[in-house]
Amino acid sequence: MTAALRFDPIRLPEKCEQLRKEVRAFLAEEIAAGTFDPHKPNREDTDAPEFSRRVGAKGWLGMTWPKKYGGQERSFLERYVVTEEMRVANAPTRRFFVADRQSGPVLIKYAPEHIKMDILPRICRGEICFAIGMSEPNSGSDLFAAKTRATKTDGGYLINGTKIWTSSAHIADYMIAIFRTSPPTKENRRHGLTQFLVKMKQPGIKVNPIGQITGQYEFNEVVFTDFFVPEDHVLGEVDGAWKQATSELAYERSGPERFLETYYVLTELVRAVGSNPDTRSAEGIGRLVAQLHTMRRMSVSVAGMLQAGKEPVVEASIVKDIGTVWEQQLPHRVRDLAAFVEETATNRETLERQLDFAIKTAPKLTIQGGTTEVLRGIIARGLGLR
Amino acid sequence: MAESDNIVVETAEKIFADLADPQTINNDKKNSWQAPLWQALSEAGLPLAWVPDDLGGSGASLADGFALLNAAGRFAVAVPLAETMLAGWLLAQAKIASPEGEMTVLPASPKDRITVNADGALSGRARGVPFAKAAKHFAVLAHGKDGVSIALVDAAKVRTESGLNVGYDHSDTVTLDKVQPVTIKAAPKGADQTTLMLMGGVARSLQIAGALESMLDISVRYSNERVAFEKKISKFQAVQHNLARLAGESAAALAAATSAADAIANAKSFDDEVYLEAASAKIRCAEAAEKGGAIAHQVHGAIGFTIEHILHRYSLRALAWRDDFGSESHWAVELGKLVASRGADELWPLVASR
Repeated sequence: MTAALRFDPIRLPEKCEQLRKEVRAFLAEEIAAGTFDPHKPNREDTDAPEFSRRVGAKGWLGMTWPKKYGGQERSFLERYVVTEEMRVANAPTRRFFVADRQSGPVLIKYAPEHIKMDILPRICRGEICFAIGMSEPNSGSDLFAAKTRATKTDGGYLINGTKIWTSSAHIADYMIAIFRTSPPTKENRRHGLTQFLVKMKQPGIKVNPIGQITGQYEFNEVVFTDFFVPEDHVLGEVDGAWKQATSELAYERSGPERFLETYYVLTELVRAVGSNPDTRSAEGIGRLVAQLHTMRRMSVSVAGMLQAGKEPVVEASIVKDIGTVWEQQLPHRVRDLAAFVEETATNRETLERQLDFAIKTAPKLTIQGGTTEVLRGIIARGLGLR
Repeated sequence: MAESDNIVVETAEKIFADLADPQTINNDKKNSWQAPLWQALSEAGLPLAWVPDDLGGSGASLADGFALLNAAGRFAVAVPLAETMLAGWLLAQAKIASPEGEMTVLPASPKDRITVNADGALSGRARGVPFAKAAKHFAVLAHGKDGVSIALVDAAKVRTESGLNVGYDHSDTVTLDKVQPVTIKAAPKGADQTTLMLMGGVARSLQIAGALESMLDISVRYSNERVAFEKKISKFQAVQHNLARLAGESAAALAAATSAADAIANAKSFDDEVYLEAASAKIRCAEAAEKGGAIAHQVHGAIGFTIEHILHRYSLRALAWRDDFGSESHWAVELGKLVASRGADELWPLVASR
């Protein structure tokens, strides 16, 4: 018996490499057309609906889903390739990414058929945006402390309370949220939460943007006042959301987006040092590339586990822990190495602008999608320590 | 969890469990375990795993041999198994048959260079050669005016100055002063010093990863036994988080090392992508040895710092293995230069090459 976790060296099949070429060509066209600037991570990409539709038209949304819902029935590894190419190119994916990664799979698993037939094809076409309503004021990572109530009423539920830190709620068409349908029991404090599909942009919901230290407005406070959710918008088991929420985490935690958020500063550093770097720059870049390569291999391996129908929750938590710590440190390492970059480096201004933004982004990376402390708790549980 | 359905690894693990139990070895001050262990490994054909049948070996695949090295790391095996395997592999590149007995390779550092003189004799010095003192023969990679050669050298003909690495294993300086080799042949295309260093580096990476797997195991076990402040220390969140980080370092090392091994086992040549894999593995495993080993010792407290406890067999050896076949800083500089020479826009295509 060993506690060690093995990440088998999965290789991407040939058809992934063909797909990668297609994605790169598409992104190059979009960049040429001025849709986005790959060198500007700090764009306000809240209004890229046309880009979303073009990605949908390519068949790159809901790639792994059944064809009857608009999906392509392709593999997780193919989806993986699309995700990493979009992320590395700094493409404006915010509008569709949450739905593609998480919300769609939740609906496939738990929504009634008529809702699936209505919503999933629209996600695949890149037409709609999702938010995830988990955190609440004073709950945060402590998901089970959520208090926002869903009270049974005629034909549905009335929602009262506040969600917070809800990314994209200001542009979202739907939110998948957990609400309290009954109090926790003595035996199980996780009991009593239910997952709901919420249609946004209706009376009874107020979305208040919250400014971030990067200068952006991505997340929000969402206030529900006697907001009505119909019965058929309950997702899965009433009072049993905790089981559902935890089994989905592997999708959220192991992807390439979990170590590539600040990647652009590394590319720009390589550009700045030129083809003949000094020893210090070369060593710094070499280490960062070795670390990046290792995480990517682990992340691809988890995608292979998902493809094989496994639920690699602990493995995914390790990738997220190591990945987010790495992408958090990356801007600081690059800044340190960039201190000796020649004044004449042609991309010096770009690098400095990127570093400014990446350093401001860094603090959130180990918080979003599960804090480092929570992840380490999950890993410890996997080791049999709790 | 089943470690392997691989017959080579199963055989090795059985031998290690019987004859290389770390606690037994640690208690044995006379090193009387070494001879029976080596004999059993030799009888099973494991030291010459990478040598084809017609050159005197057992003809295992590269992949099986790499898996064997990972298992050896899990037992922190302190006989020249990896070294003899590498020596046999190097000799086989030039179709030189392997003799029986312990071997090692030189050079073991990217900076050292052995020269072929005009008369075919070898000269030069190699430092940090693992288990040179125990070797009956050396597999030598040497440079002459006709290019790279591979030679089999009788250990009796060279001068060996004893040294110990931080893991208390022999790491010696070998001086060749116009030594006539037993056999010398031209190396085939692609078999050069960089290739040898990458092979050695991946071998060490797998051993380090194996040692970290064991450090994680014994640390988790100890934390579930040791009581402090009236609780098992495994129940303290700070200890849990440290062990979670150790699990991460162990997993990262194992992933990097097995990925590199897989890349080499399936590659046609040591191209840029294989270089990325092998260099990355050595860099990342060395970093994991430092970070992971520190956590394992922290969890064990003072007991893990004693010579009686087995922890040091893994932790110190993993630290020592960082230095062989190019340290992490060596490979980081080389990998950084490779990335820079390819240019910024080729970095991602390299990382995402497979």
